[in-house]
Amino acid sequence: MQLDNKPGTGDDILIKVRGLGFRRGSRVIFDGMDMDFRRGAITAIMGPSGTGKTTLLKLIGAQLYPEAGSITVDGLNIHALSQGDLYDLRKRMGMLFQSGALLTDLTVFDNVAYPIREHTRLSERMIRYLVLARLHAVGLRGAADLMPSELSGGMARRVALARAIALDPMMIMYDEPFSGQDPISMGVLMKLIRELNDTLGLTSIIVSHDVREASSIADYIYVIADGRIMEQGTPEQMETTHSDWARQFLNGLPDGPVAFHYPAPDYGADLFGT
Amino acid sequence: MRILESMTEPFAALGRYTLRSFERLGRSTLFLLQVIRGLPTVLPRPWLVVQQMHSVGVRTTVIILVAGAFVGMVLGLQLFNILVRFNSESSLGTTVGLTLVRELGPVITALLFAGRAGSALTAELGLMKATEQFSGMEMMAVDPYKRVLAPRFIAGVVSMPLLAGLFSAIGVLSAYVIGVGLLGVDAGSYWSQMQHSVDFYNDLMTGFYKSLAFGFVSTWIALFEGYDSVPTSEGVGRATTQSVVHSSLAVLGLNFILTALLLKT
Repeated sequence: MQLDNKPGTGDDILIKVRGLGFRRGSRVIFDGMDMDFRRGAITAIMGPSGTGKTTLLKLIGAQLYPEAGSITVDGLNIHALSQGDLYDLRKRMGMLFQSGALLTDLTVFDNVAYPIREHTRLSERMIRYLVLARLHAVGLRGAADLMPSELSGGMARRVALARAIALDPMMIMYDEPFSGQDPISMGVLMKLIRELNDTLGLTSIIVSHDVREASSIADYIYVIADGRIMEQGTPEQMETTHSDWARQFLNGLPDGPVAFHYPAPDYGADLFGT
Repeated sequence: MRILESMTEPFAALGRYTLRSFERLGRSTLFLLQVIRGLPTVLPRPWLVVQQMHSVGVRTTVIILVAGAFVGMVLGLQLFNILVRFNSESSLGTTVGLTLVRELGPVITALLFAGRAGSALTAELGLMKATEQFSGMEMMAVDPYKRVLAPRFIAGVVSMPLLAGLFSAIGVLSAYVIGVGLLGVDAGSYWSQMQHSVDFYNDLMTGFYKSLAFGFVSTWIALFEGYDSVPTSEGVGRATTQSVVHSSLAVLGLNFILTALLLKT
């Protein structure tokens, strides 16, 4: 196991991203990016679609490996760990996938119980207590016997959230938690993310392009595009940003540094072939 | 320049196809090694294999029994018609037994297995991938190779010889019904000829080894196609088709090789 520094030393920064480089084929996704994720804080990563926000979460979870740079989680260089050590670390990391990623052949109860059964030898009685407590926390104790196919999109994400906190992780990564949600579900998810983060002492990373929702619960925001950080700061700092690009993105303006038109030859020349 | 390019394009395409095929073969071999590495972890949790044997094996039983019955009946009719020309219809039991145990039992079972259980395995894994269930497991520190793939692999390999045995047994009984019941072959000679000619080691074990090999290859292909599928509805559909086609061709090709190796003249 390679240690950059000892795990759990109380360093204020839980996750350090340094000089991150990653590409898909010839397309550069990240080009020497540095980021810090503070313990106990909710950090939002925003950016247009296709900028690699989900890829960043997969790199932090070591489901992908970077071409350059390093990511340390709780003092451990996650990409240098053996599979056993990586899995030990992942037991302390939760991830909420965009689709929920619930196991479709298991009930809601069994989905939440799944990581507990896999990694502990607790009695079924104790597992029942733990699972019902998690489901109660997300407001779905009454849905314990339903199958994932019987849940709405918002409910599926809440069940996935209950599963993500099943083993009392130190951090949770949320991949687009608000996309495709109705206002009520969105409000419920926002409340849950903030409350769980504060009551369980988690560190949360939210990847989202729902600017208003993510800004309202985040303690710190990174806006990324073209493989680098375009802007960063607290939500208050972001409101007064001087970056034209960040202003366009955060206010959803149709034209600006990100042009409305995709690069094309002259319109007249294209129409009349001159 | 363009003419030269158009002339060389077919060779370039062939080269690309060959490279892709070898690259995929390499990946599937690495995949198999990972699955095999996960096999010991299944031992403490045998219920995972039992669940999969129900899904892969038990649910394939009906189609195997029905197909075995029809194949046995056709064999009874056809072989009787041939044998009766040489006044040797009493050898019906021998020919039916050898044909089913050595060839048709393992091969047709494997083809039906690829169509029923193999395609279901591929589609299931493809959908699990498309709905990020494997990624979810990995992030819960659960290895999909150990938890999902290894139990399915064991279930497929173990189920195939059992299903082939069922196929052959129902085939022999169906040929008996046609040959003895309808066409008047002597019941005693049907069974005694079969008992005399079908050897345990040379014939039954040949069929067993074949079905074991077919189970190994079919399940490997089905699992790999599903796990390696493009996570879209079109990708899963294509993977399911490929799984059946590749498994069927692999079984037929492997059958020739095994027959040549195991045949004792």
